[in-house]
Amino acid sequence: MSNGIVHWLKFASPASFYPLAGRMIPWFTALAVLFGVAGLWVSFFVAPTDATQGEGYRIIFVHVPASWMSMFIYLVMATWAGIGLALNTRLSAMMAQALAPTGALMAFLSLWTGAFWGKPMWGTWWVWDARLTSELVLFFLYLGFIALQAAIDDPRRADKAGAILALVGVVNVPIIYFSVKWWNTLHQGASVSLTRAPSMAQTMLWGMLLMALCFWMYAVVMALKRVRAIILEREAHTEWAQQFAQVPA
Amino acid sequence: MLAVVHRDLLLAIRRKTEVLTALLFFIIVASLFPLGIGPEPALLRKIAPGVLWVAALLATMLGLQRMFAADHADGTLEQMLLSPTPLALLVAGKNLAHWLVCGLPLVLLAPLLGLQFDLDAQALGVLTLGLLLGTPVLSLIGSIGAALTLGVRGGGVLLSLLVLPLYIPTLIFGAGAVQAHAAGQGAGGHLSLLGALLVLSVFFSPFATTAALRIALE
Repeated sequence: MSNGIVHWLKFASPASFYPLAGRMIPWFTALAVLFGVAGLWVSFFVAPTDATQGEGYRIIFVHVPASWMSMFIYLVMATWAGIGLALNTRLSAMMAQALAPTGALMAFLSLWTGAFWGKPMWGTWWVWDARLTSELVLFFLYLGFIALQAAIDDPRRADKAGAILALVGVVNVPIIYFSVKWWNTLHQGASVSLTRAPSMAQTMLWGMLLMALCFWMYAVVMALKRVRAIILEREAHTEWAQQFAQVPA
Repeated sequence: MLAVVHRDLLLAIRRKTEVLTALLFFIIVASLFPLGIGPEPALLRKIAPGVLWVAALLATMLGLQRMFAADHADGTLEQMLLSPTPLALLVAGKNLAHWLVCGLPLVLLAPLLGLQFDLDAQALGVLTLGLLLGTPVLSLIGSIGAALTLGVRGGGVLLSLLVLPLYIPTLIFGAGAVQAHAAGQGAGGHLSLLGALLVLSVFFSPFATTAALRIALE
């Protein structure tokens, strides 16, 4: 038992995690491609045309997974940041930093595809709906995290400051969500209802789940690649990092 | 803690311009909206709570950076860190002083500006009460951002990027209280939520600020 723990904690060191991440990347890439192909196949050829929305609804297969991932990545990022702050481990903070751009990308993708979906369905690019607004705020929180880390030169201080910001953000996300929700119900009536008919076809759900898995694996790959770059950058003074840097990747 | 409050207030009185600039900014921003939108009383009454609250948010932002910057520059902050009094308590004192200097004048001035927007007496009361509950929250949350960006390149702009998204709930409930009152729903619910935000931030924010300050001074 104790041996197992020691074995795993070994990878908390950037030097030993770097090659492990390198070995994991191809596997997760393969999974991402696999889920992606399956998900796209289901979403384009298997899932039936929606009765009310026609073919246009198929953007859901990108939109919903991107929204899920944007929220999930923020949680994961804050968890890593919290671990980094509590245990003072360097790698955790690097993981948090590596996840932020992917999370921001997902939030942006979710907003963008949402606009593309909203235009034909509701006749408008944007409504001040609770979910849209809180997704926008989440996007701002990601940008704030990235900007704060980029502005601080000392990487250790950047890690810790970012961690505090991420944790404050995590506490605030539910508050923001509910406040926006109540604000929304006060302001506008049910002119636009996001809740679709409950009878979603089984295959649509499968398409969405497969695409979500694909996005998940993609996020893992991107985070690992980015964390490898961050490790090399920060450990550039060490001998092992210089050895790795010479080998073309 | 009271010594910190007393000292910060004294400093603020000695340097009046900084306080007055924020206040003047609040007045000017609020006065620009009718000029930009048009003088119809019905429309102004509708946008008044939002405009006044957004102006209050921005005016509070102006003073935030100064909360720790001067003390950081002359080493006072390090002395506070070393003092036997818990840092969180001193931070709370600084927050209180910031609110007394930057928040309270806004609260007192808001009814006057509300008159310009043709709000009736009861709506003015609700607006003032909301600001009274809400502006301390702005100071408290803002101090986390101020501590995080202490001594950072481009701290001012960064500070607004970090803090403004976190201000959204306060803005919504504060402006919502007046709107709910105008719609005849009663402002009680919104004001209670503002109170809840205040209690939460009084309790948690000094600790987050303290942690951020310790990192900044490492």
